Amino acid sequence: MKEVLDDIERWQAQGHRIALARVVGVEGSGPRDPGATMVVNDAGEVAGSVSGGCVEGAVVEAALELLRGERDRGVITFGYSDDDAFAVGLTCGGTIHLFVEPLDW
Amino acid sequence: MTASVFETLRDTLRAGEPAALATVVEGPHIGAKLLVRPGVAPVGDLGDPDLDRVVARDALGELESGLTSTRHYGEHGEARERTVSVFIESFALPPHLVIFGAVDFTAALAKVGKLLGYRVTVCDARAVFATVARFPMADEVVNDWPDRYLAKIADDLGPRDAVCVLTHDHKFDVPAIAAATRTRVGYVGAMGSRRTHNQRTERLREAGVTDAEIARVMSPIGLDLGARTPEETAISICAEIIALRTGRIAPSLRDASGPIHS
Repeated sequence: MKEVLDDIERWQAQGHRIALARVVGVEGSGPRDPGATMVVNDAGEVAGSVSGGCVEGAVVEAALELLRGERDRGVITFGYSDDDAFAVGLTCGGTIHLFVEPLDW
Repeated sequence: MTASVFETLRDTLRAGEPAALATVVEGPHIGAKLLVRPGVAPVGDLGDPDLDRVVARDALGELESGLTSTRHYGEHGEARERTVSVFIESFALPPHLVIFGAVDFTAALAKVGKLLGYRVTVCDARAVFATVARFPMADEVVNDWPDRYLAKIADDLGPRDAVCVLTHDHKFDVPAIAAATRTRVGYVGAMGSRRTHNQRTERLREAGVTDAEIARVMSPIGLDLGARTPEETAISICAEIIALRTGRIAPSLRDASGPIHS
């Protein structure tokens, strides 16, 4: 979170709405530890990262859906055995759980 | 107007103070926040006072160890239930690397320590050598006897911290190692050839250091990488600190035999 504070403050000053995605669990091999944070604003600007680049695109999509009101805050899982609609996974074979929420707190 | 949880967290992090942020990620009150800081009343709530109390206690424990993880509770904080998942993110102070001895290897070790996110202190009793000009990368340069400085900070040292003794002088390093092994510090390493190491071990015994305390000391310091330069040696020391913390098997010089430089 520390590394994206400057971006958050700048976006808040510009009046943007912001979504926050944080790694809250990792099983098996995962590129980033719990706490890794990415922020996305309603103009589609991105700061921080939550993986080695494998799932960032899908996380940005989810964050923008959240900001458009098409998705509720909650946990999203990416991984090798993941059967949900996202056709992305981690090449390292691990599973990561992300909590995606609006920065409204 | 009262500051929001985010504003309080932001200001705490900017001030370089420790905090743990708890977020309900599954269960009732999803997204609810509790910000916990040592010695200060928590900010926010998770929707249940009993859950708040239990999570605040657990968050302080996680913060102490610098851990970040998701924990599970019942609706009122019951253990062994899984109705509520709470993500506890620790924003701990950086771990402390204390280097005794203002020698050539010290600057390289201080640099690698900074790269790994440590708060670095260089301590040497000889004021001529221990100067900010020689160690600008260190957070702190202290002119004091190692054992006297350790006595001052002993209570603050924990499992994430490291003490490296590079003095190469029994007069300084025996009291420093003796004092370090009696703290909760996670890593104690001492530099020197195998000959130096054997002599030093004898002197440590004479100084009343027990076998169990001596067994904590990584000496000769570092992994058996064949490191030669101060920079390579700094990498071998830091790699050993990481391996000891993660419990991985990596070949330490301590556990090998023969000359360090062959």
